Amino acid sequence: MRLRIFISLFLLLFTTTASARLQILITQGVNSARPIAIVPFEWLGKGPKPVNISNIVVADLRSSGLFSPMPFDKIPSTTSTIKDIDFKKWHKLGIEEILMGEIKPTKDAGQYIITYELIDVVRGNMAQEMYDPLLLKRRGTASTEQIRRFSHRISNVVYQQLTGDRGAFLTHLAYIMDIDNDPFPYQLRISDYDGFDEKLILRSIAPIMSPAWSPDGKYLAYVSFENHKSEIYIQNVYTQKRELVSSYPRINGAPAWSPDGKKLAIVLSKDGQPEIYILNIATKALTRITRNLVIDTEPSWAPDGKSLIFTSTRGGKPQIYQVDLTTHITKRLTWEGDSNLSGSISADGKNLVMVTANKNKYMIAVQDLISGEMRTLTKSKLDKSPSISPNGSMIIYSTNYKKHQVLALVSTDGRFKAKLPTQEGEVKAVAWSPFLKI
Amino acid sequence: MKASIVLKTLLITLPILFLGACSTTADSDASKKAESTQKKSENNVETGKLGSSKLSKEEKVKKYGDAILNSTVWFNFDDATIAPKYIKSLKAHAKELVDNPKMKITVQGYTDEQGTPEYNVALSERRAKAVSKYLRSNGVGSNQIKLVSYGEEKPLNKGHTKAAHAQNRRAKIVKRI
Repeated sequence: MRLRIFISLFLLLFTTTASARLQILITQGVNSARPIAIVPFEWLGKGPKPVNISNIVVADLRSSGLFSPMPFDKIPSTTSTIKDIDFKKWHKLGIEEILMGEIKPTKDAGQYIITYELIDVVRGNMAQEMYDPLLLKRRGTASTEQIRRFSHRISNVVYQQLTGDRGAFLTHLAYIMDIDNDPFPYQLRISDYDGFDEKLILRSIAPIMSPAWSPDGKYLAYVSFENHKSEIYIQNVYTQKRELVSSYPRINGAPAWSPDGKKLAIVLSKDGQPEIYILNIATKALTRITRNLVIDTEPSWAPDGKSLIFTSTRGGKPQIYQVDLTTHITKRLTWEGDSNLSGSISADGKNLVMVTANKNKYMIAVQDLISGEMRTLTKSKLDKSPSISPNGSMIIYSTNYKKHQVLALVSTDGRFKAKLPTQEGEVKAVAWSPFLKI
Repeated sequence: MKASIVLKTLLITLPILFLGACSTTADSDASKKAESTQKKSENNVETGKLGSSKLSKEEKVKKYGDAILNSTVWFNFDDATIAPKYIKSLKAHAKELVDNPKMKITVQGYTDEQGTPEYNVALSERRAKAVSKYLRSNGVGSNQIKLVSYGEEKPLNKGHTKAAHAQNRRAKIVKRI
């Protein structure tokens, strides 16, 4: 009985505290970012705007590091159709594209029709019929609850139109929070990529580690010590149903989903040393991949699912290796720095992202897998858990900032940097979701 | 005491979409856990009655020396070698475990925050194993020892200084009831 009271109390608390905790704070911008103007969307209804779409799109495009949206107070006149645009004026201001739109209420309360246009200033300024300045025009409907998501979708459309790459603004982050004075100090949470709409997935009195997204973005695999040992669980983030999938003696760790979502690469030390295994999720059958007397850990799948990369101390210090799952031929990938750990390959197969250690400084680095060239992207001391955005343009990781563990972003080219500070606790073990199909 | 047991075993998953629908699941999970805890604590009382291994702290010190009071071994960075100064304590624990074959322990391994969480789990296991290996070479049965590797989780000192790091690189012997 007492238990029940406890639980309902916590549930209540949870519903009231789920709000944006992480906030993107840009610490290093890019000079050459593309100038774009997002004109505040015109609200055609009565009363206050349902959600400020333009603010969300501005924040999205800015945090990609590729765009430099014009501050709202510098935007000359608020026009909402292409006909009223003074292209000469915009061109003089150095703006290359303009996004404008309107939000119209429908007969149903809380339902809106959103129309937007992306306009090419350079073409418009030429004022020739063969160059249509209208790059795209879209219309969609969204409810009050969907409108933030709809705004991220607009950002995706603009990003793709102007860069040729898919935008990653409709994605989630999963991360672990440690909150000292909470009765459940270890918490697995997810939020939108920008820290908004934070949800609690699991809280525990014992450590939780290594969250990993399934390729469809519906499940998280993670390690929990709730039974006084490490065990691997899979949890559906929409239904909260969870399944214990690995509870062998000693280490059960570092789960990584295969690209087809049917297998997990995991680390088990049941046979003595930490070794890489592949676990078939449906049958629970195990295939052992590594076999030696050193540490093998941190498996991660190549995008084609045909090989695994992992960290091994077989050469002395930890370095990153790649094993072909058919031939079992293993090759070493990293040669620079004292050691390299926690590797993963970008979806296009071009970049190996990792933690590189030099004189006890742990920093995020990226290695071009074709040329072999390696670049260190960060300058801090305790960077870890790098996770690549599904479009490969950004890396999120955890770092120490003002004596706390916080999340941070760096673009894969190293030019753009941001931190995501929080109001309480330590944030770590971050994992960027795949593209969401919602 | 009871409340702390309840707290310690309480672990609930929270719904992402339907709070109401899921609270029942969380309820039932937690009560199941509470039941099993109660059964366990009844067992604890019974084993207590046998009393074979229940020496007071003073009696223990008399039998195994002061060294038995230390149950933690500290390590150098990225290393799992037991320094000679811990041998006396480990020998005392080994003797107690040999004297009480029913006594069971967990050796918990830990690292500092340097490195990556998953690599640190592996490193902390090497530390726990080093302690376990030493105890077994002194006659302790392998069935008496369990290993748990926490890596950089649960630091003794949450600071980020070199001193804090040194404090956190450890393996600890914990009695299992």
